Amino acid sequence: MINVQEIRKDFPILSRSVNGKPLVYFDNAATSQTPNQVVDVIVDYYHNYNANIHRGVHSLSQEATDKYEAARIKIQQHFNAAKSHEIIFTSGTTHGINLVANGFSALLEKGDEIIVSALEHHSNIVPWQMLCERTGAVLKVIPMTEEGTLDMVTFEAVLSEKTKLVFCNHVSNALGTINPIETIIEKAHAVGAAVLIDGAQASPHIKADVQALDVDFYVVSAHKMCGPTGAGMLYGKEAWLQKLPPYQGGGEMIAEVTFEKTTYADLPHKFEAGTPNICGGIAFGAAIDYMNSVGFDTIATYEDELLQYATEKLSTIAGLRIYGPNDHKAAVISFNIEGIHPYDMGVILDKLGIAVRTGHHCAQPIMDFYNIPGTVRASFAFYNTKEEIDILFEGVVRAKNMLS
Amino acid sequence: MTIEEIQNEIVDEFSMFDDWMQRYEYMIELGKSLPLIDEQYKTDDNLIKGCQSKVWVHASLDGDKIAFTADSDAIITKGIIAILVRAFSDQKPKDIIEANTDFIDEIGLKEHLSPTRANGLVSMIKQLKMYAIAYQTQLK
Repeated sequence: MINVQEIRKDFPILSRSVNGKPLVYFDNAATSQTPNQVVDVIVDYYHNYNANIHRGVHSLSQEATDKYEAARIKIQQHFNAAKSHEIIFTSGTTHGINLVANGFSALLEKGDEIIVSALEHHSNIVPWQMLCERTGAVLKVIPMTEEGTLDMVTFEAVLSEKTKLVFCNHVSNALGTINPIETIIEKAHAVGAAVLIDGAQASPHIKADVQALDVDFYVVSAHKMCGPTGAGMLYGKEAWLQKLPPYQGGGEMIAEVTFEKTTYADLPHKFEAGTPNICGGIAFGAAIDYMNSVGFDTIATYEDELLQYATEKLSTIAGLRIYGPNDHKAAVISFNIEGIHPYDMGVILDKLGIAVRTGHHCAQPIMDFYNIPGTVRASFAFYNTKEEIDILFEGVVRAKNMLS
Repeated sequence: MTIEEIQNEIVDEFSMFDDWMQRYEYMIELGKSLPLIDEQYKTDDNLIKGCQSKVWVHASLDGDKIAFTADSDAIITKGIIAILVRAFSDQKPKDIIEANTDFIDEIGLKEHLSPTRANGLVSMIKQLKMYAIAYQTQLK
């Protein structure tokens, strides 16, 4: 059993008020809040051992390097990667995707095909479009269904020997759909294609096992899972990471430099040019420790309870439509009320101290599919409560009365 | 009336309300009195960029004064553009260009001035002033 009131003490921000009302934070899919345990690690870093890593012979540098590399191992263990050098520190999911997309420029030929899902965030569409422009490869799409799930029949029809890469998010940020990535990976591998899974939205809810999934690349951001912004990781199978050329040149990523030729460092440093976000990486490790101390099974059970409670409650409001599947989804409710613009709803809810996201959620193709300007998205975390959902419900009713 | 007089009038009207809810309800009411843009002008060219909701504005010259019409698909945004149109419509380009917009703060809509706000009140003001600059050049 989860003790939410105890957990909430770890997050001082949850006790503040907004517009004179107690804050109800339901924008967790945009960024999660940061517990004291992670903030303390950040403060400790700057108070006690801030130094540049890997090259210094002095003690501070050694200490910072040890902590940074220990964080890499925590991340490796959390996602069950076979080797710690398969974990590349990044600035976040978008960085990880761009790193892989850039690397594939050297491996693709004209006429090769890339498949993306229709449920993607713009950050998992645009880098591949750019890759196609560079290489002459063709972008294909796995369409979505009215329920907000992927059309797997069409996926199999689109998949062919020409397919070199498949990209899909584990959980859709706009709708919360949990995609059948196991099947996607298996089918893609059967035609020899590599698969990148965007785990940004899944990582706060689901503990992914990259070896069990047999996924080629998996990317996440620390700030979606109680860590700081500007930190994240790219998991890549060793063989793929060796095959891909470096993304950025600079310090850290070289073995030897002369004006005639530079040889690159071994993994993971080959992809970590320049001074990294040292503190962010260490804090990412602390965030993973924190989430595991709560426990992913506990989190999943409790968030599911919140999701069901909120779904049942909001569904009683006349004219309210929830987008996305009914089950097999993360703790996200994307909705609209007939005749009310999501922006108007968001403004009124903000006045009531309730933070939700409104708009297209960087997933315009999904909004175009439903022919709507956007949705109101309430996304829950394990530190939210049913009482907060009651406040959301009352807020939505109040806004509806005002706006219609 | 001058722009300043109209703005003072709007500030007076809003000062009657004690809480945000009444202010927003009044703003929504004002949106209903907005001189609506003719359907033929609801084009992408007349859309104001930087808004989460759609806002169309059309300007035309009537003698030496500019008349604005507008519309939005969100009713709070429609209320905001209605307030701006009321303050700036039927005024000379020079007066529109020189007008200050501190009254927005005084009527309790300061939060909409923040650049992080997706409704683009700042973009709306900028767009109305751009029309004024364009017409002033034309009049010269």
